[in-house]
Amino acid sequence: MPDKPKVAFYWCASCGGCEESVVDLAEGILGVVDAVDIIFWPVAMDFKRSDVEAMADGSILVSMINGAVRSTEQEEMVRMLRRKSQLVIAYGACAHLGGIPGLANQFDREQILKFVYEESPSTQNIEKTYPTLKFQEDGRTVTLPEMHRLVRTLDQVIPVDYYLPGCPPTPKLLQQALTALLSGTAPPKGSVLSPDIALCEECPRKETKPPDLSFTAFKRPHTSELDPEKCLLTQGFLCMGPATRGGCEALCVQGNMPCSGCFGPTSRVKDQGAKFLSSICSNVVATDEKEIDATLATIPDPVGTFYRYGLAASLLRARMGRQAEV
Amino acid sequence: MSQPTDKPSNGNPPAKWEPRIVAFFCNWCTYTAADLAGVSRMKHASNVRIIRVMCSGRVDPQFVLEAFAKGADGVLIGGCHFGDCHYSEGNYKAARRIRMLRRVLADMGIEADRFRLEWISASEGEKVKLVINDMAEKVKALGPLGMPGQFKDFDREMEHLEAEAGVKEVAHAG
Repeated sequence: MPDKPKVAFYWCASCGGCEESVVDLAEGILGVVDAVDIIFWPVAMDFKRSDVEAMADGSILVSMINGAVRSTEQEEMVRMLRRKSQLVIAYGACAHLGGIPGLANQFDREQILKFVYEESPSTQNIEKTYPTLKFQEDGRTVTLPEMHRLVRTLDQVIPVDYYLPGCPPTPKLLQQALTALLSGTAPPKGSVLSPDIALCEECPRKETKPPDLSFTAFKRPHTSELDPEKCLLTQGFLCMGPATRGGCEALCVQGNMPCSGCFGPTSRVKDQGAKFLSSICSNVVATDEKEIDATLATIPDPVGTFYRYGLAASLLRARMGRQAEV
Repeated sequence: MSQPTDKPSNGNPPAKWEPRIVAFFCNWCTYTAADLAGVSRMKHASNVRIIRVMCSGRVDPQFVLEAFAKGADGVLIGGCHFGDCHYSEGNYKAARRIRMLRRVLADMGIEADRFRLEWISASEGEKVKLVINDMAEKVKALGPLGMPGQFKDFDREMEHLEAEAGVKEVAHAG
């Protein structure tokens, strides 16, 4: 049998939605399996780490890695996949920008562990048992990977060739990416494999967006009714469309929910959150500082709103004043 | 106007650490006021590096974040008083953005005194001096922000683990 190009899928700190999006290729996946050999895909297939270790360096055409990097195990795995692969694609918002796990960069690792193992309402841990990196019992030693001090995007750990954005990427974008890679028509390395335009450009509600927005208060989808026809920004909902890369065809807006920014910024923007903050806040109507504050107070969690997917990739990366490694 | 010279600190704050403050001054008012302060030979702290922008409304929040990320210990923005903007409402836009940016910076652990917005008209040379001196003092009291150092510190975690991962892989192969 002639060798088909080899493809690997791997997951790091992620929810599994990216894996689901591969399955969402539906019958399209048959075409993929025809064209390539999937040689590693822990969520769906029974290949082991040792199988990949046994492969020659550079023998995998492309590794699609989803999830942010938070643990030593994830770091080891992505370093290994990088060595074994000609191309690495950061698949999905977490690998691309840090994603939802990246929001943990607002807190110390120790704070997070304490909350999870002691303080969370659903936890009862009277003996204050914490996971330890090494544990010995009956002469056997068990080990656990260590949690890094912060969440990293994939390209903060290994060189990345392409990015497939989205939470998760759409099957259409995955299909296009695979086709481009297999036919050798891929764009220059470092590209995000999605149109380099703001989402508003492809939004079905574009016509209802006025040239000047004005905000007196911001509404949240669970407290107010959403008009299914009108631009969500004109209705006062925080729709990240203006500061987010297109390519999803405004899926959330089509479902009558505001864009939350998962495709990340366009290539002209360094810091998606700052750019969205800038665009939104400058269009507040109030001119008096107290009134401005009152309007802005209707955004209760600015970091979680503006940096929902992009905190790990942002200019500040993580909260300052975190404990240094001892 | 006297331009303070940039003394590279080589990353580690020596005994004589001096804060570095990046100032974005509006061409029509605060920058002119700083010029006036210079021509009038007023003395102010030399910790400020002034960048002239056409309007405080031109200051993209990205500029502020990038200044901090690249090693500024403080960021000062100077614009026209309300009602005086050369472009009629640039300073209102600046005020709105900056009030939100303050909250983001607070959430990210950057002290409030490191980031300041002042309305200073072209005739208020004295105010430029007072604001710069006051801010330099406050930032000096806070000490270095040291974001580049923190980023390097983050990277060290990776170097350490990279070396360890290498050892482990050899162990697996054996």
